[in-house]
Amino acid sequence: MNWGSAADFWAMGGYGFYVWGSYGTVLAAAAIEIVLLRVRRRRAISEVIGSNLEMGKSTQTLGDR
Amino acid sequence: MSTLSVRARPGLFWFSSPQTFFPLAGRLTSWFFVIAAVLAALGLYVGFFVAPTDATQGESYRIIFIHVPAAWMSMFLYLIMALWAALGLILNTRVSSMMASAIAPTGALMTVLALITGSLWGRPTWGTYWVWDARLTSELVLLFLYLGFLALQAAIDDPRRADKAGAVLALVGVVNIPIIYFSVQWWNTLHQGSSVSLTRSPSMAATMLLGMLLMALAFWSYSIGAALHRVRSILLEREKRSEWARELRAAERLN
Repeated sequence: MNWGSAADFWAMGGYGFYVWGSYGTVLAAAAIEIVLLRVRRRRAISEVIGSNLEMGKSTQTLGDR
Repeated sequence: MSTLSVRARPGLFWFSSPQTFFPLAGRLTSWFFVIAAVLAALGLYVGFFVAPTDATQGESYRIIFIHVPAAWMSMFLYLIMALWAALGLILNTRVSSMMASAIAPTGALMTVLALITGSLWGRPTWGTYWVWDARLTSELVLLFLYLGFLALQAAIDDPRRADKAGAVLALVGVVNIPIIYFSVQWWNTLHQGSSVSLTRSPSMAATMLLGMLLMALAFWSYSIGAALHRVRSILLEREKRSEWARELRAAERLN
């Protein structure tokens, strides 16, 4: 075990800013990328739905004739 | 589902057809993210609670557990991106080119992370956030290659032409990868030589190495998961009018 206390752990031997800054950046980057991936997925699916509805409309008009 | 499996026949290009690749990529994505989370938890435990304090760098060295994996991934992903782009160019397989496009943003992100974590490590260790050292400069060039690839593809409307132009750029840029890798040997500038290499036994404590390898595997798994997630969106964007996309949509199998 490297750390005597929780405060010891967060201080990182005086390098807390650099160590936690690095880990925080990586965590934030992964979180942002995952959010962007989900947004892009949702938008892509809704575009398929859109073309699907157009299809449905056109077949319906054909059926009405 | 049954109509899909009946129509598609196994063969060399089985998974290069969008309708077989799409569901497979979906199943794999979740697994790679789960594996990444487990490996990262193990790696962080080893990195913070098992690996000892470094004799010369103190606790600041713990940044290497994410810096080195991010730097490795930035180079690996570029090579894999260029490989897929080349396959798409030579074999004219659409999904190969889409894989290249799906990898690029994650590769760029890894490059940014390598540069930021590197500067946060450099400040306490070298006394500066940035220096025009050969390793740092060639890594910055790598970021511009990724951004150039993304910008070029975004600027061309026809997807297949964008794929081809991107592939040429990606392949020309491959020359930068050995420059990054060997920069610490070719030029005697500030960045230290590697502690882990293919030809020598590692010059670091076994527990430090273990933490770094676990984190590297976690970064690998995350990157594969992210690329597979993104390639499915790219597939849908490009083939939103196709029969297979509408079938999967009707069966509610798009998520």
